Amino acid sequence: MLNARDILETITMIQDEHLDVRTITMGISLLDCCHSDVDVMCNRVYDKITRYAKDLVRTGEEIEKEFGIPIINKRISVTPAAMILAACEDKDAVKLAKTLERAAVTCGVNFLGGFSALVQKGFGPGDRELIEAIPEALSVTDHICSSVNIGSTKAGINMDAVGLMGKVVRKSAELTADRDCIGPAKLVVFCNAPEDNPFMAGAFHGAGEPDCVINVGVSGPGVVRAALAKAGDCDLTAVADLIKKTAFKITRMGQLVASEASRRLGVPFGIVDLSLAPTPAIGDSVAHILEEMGLECCGCHGTTAALALLNDAVKKGGVMASSHVGGLSGAFIPVTEDAGMIDAARCGCLTLNKLEAMTAVCSVGLDMINIPGDTPAEVISAIIADEAAIGMVNSKTTAVRVIPAIGKQVGEELSFGGLLGSGPVMPLSTYSPAKFISRGGRIPAPMQSLKN
Amino acid sequence: MRAVITVIGKDMVGILAKVAADCSEHNINVLEVTQSILQDMFAMIMMVDISKSDIPFTKFAEMLQKRGEEMGLSIHAMHEDIFNAMHTI
Repeated sequence: MLNARDILETITMIQDEHLDVRTITMGISLLDCCHSDVDVMCNRVYDKITRYAKDLVRTGEEIEKEFGIPIINKRISVTPAAMILAACEDKDAVKLAKTLERAAVTCGVNFLGGFSALVQKGFGPGDRELIEAIPEALSVTDHICSSVNIGSTKAGINMDAVGLMGKVVRKSAELTADRDCIGPAKLVVFCNAPEDNPFMAGAFHGAGEPDCVINVGVSGPGVVRAALAKAGDCDLTAVADLIKKTAFKITRMGQLVASEASRRLGVPFGIVDLSLAPTPAIGDSVAHILEEMGLECCGCHGTTAALALLNDAVKKGGVMASSHVGGLSGAFIPVTEDAGMIDAARCGCLTLNKLEAMTAVCSVGLDMINIPGDTPAEVISAIIADEAAIGMVNSKTTAVRVIPAIGKQVGEELSFGGLLGSGPVMPLSTYSPAKFISRGGRIPAPMQSLKN
Repeated sequence: MRAVITVIGKDMVGILAKVAADCSEHNINVLEVTQSILQDMFAMIMMVDISKSDIPFTKFAEMLQKRGEEMGLSIHAMHEDIFNAMHTI
């Protein structure tokens, strides 16, 4: 029998501590939509997505009402678009992006991810065309998210792609300069990209996935922070235990929503992504969890250790709560999407150097960071290379989503609205990596033994 | 199918009566009621059987929420599974 305290705890988590399911993401394979004529392919793509996902939003809303859990986003991820573009004679990637946008609008989803290419070892047919079309595709669409995987632990880092992506990120910002440079906020550059990630902007439906699948991303930084606040002065062993217990409860809710959505839609359940995903709302911040642990401000010395504890405890607590765990699973640290990170960046305590160190122990990477508008493409490429190296060597996913604030300088702000938030432009090193980046080639895959 | 109705707010006359009347109107059977005062707030938890209800559960939940707003209370009706999932292994 349920007891009153448990029931009230759940209600408090949802009402006061921003507990929610961040996203139900339907992964759809587009491999069977290939055709040498791009128009035929686009029609097939539109038909398949709108057929498979026609009930996604309605079902999500029904579950939301019945169970009383907010489900913030309903999303779609598709096969990396470069894979299906490869079959076309006329590789018109922008046409495909517009088709995906039309399908996303018809289905009523918040985002559609998968305007992607996987080029960790080299460019295949369609890859270069797709990557070069990213800036235009992101500027003429509102719901499409793009990602490019440029490295992996097994393949090394494709530095030609890294060099190209610096230019693509910069151009995406230039083409959307009139909209607070929102283009690159929808573009992630990955190393070791997961194929079942439900979170945007990096979601895509990997080639090893089934035809259609339901993945769920949970959230709940506010719940973890509130639990720590109630616990008062305890040692870090107790802190880790408390985070595990809280993560377990959050994930159980995600598992329930995932299995319910899967049953109602008649689509297999893929994974639950155990992530602590912040939002700009007060009380929904990962930085505030770290501060609750005892840091004066996120970004001070000790932040990396606190984040390592948090990230590990979230996974340990969540793994037992779900039958299949995947995606990114851990703590996200997107600067502009987290009220505590925004404050820490504004006051200068949180710097890019510290963020880079934090990415070695968190679940993703340099995420939603505004950089000066005059940053050259090769500096962006070098940021990507650094981050990819951390992921490659440590066998973990890392990513870069930086936004060059065209026409703005350090201290000025960009505001994207909604979950993407706002934040200050952060300073970068002004010394040049141009020669290193222009060399191109590949950084070989690292040793998997002799670990030190 | 069972659901949990929670009522949280300032204590006043007739809370239980009004919520129970809404249940009865839609053929929803009240299985169990507990109530207590937590930090000066009234908290009532009702376990109900909704399998013979004459309206869809989401409609009933919306209706109760409105009822709560009228009375200055926070009323939620949620499927029992959410609590079971979160608090039992």
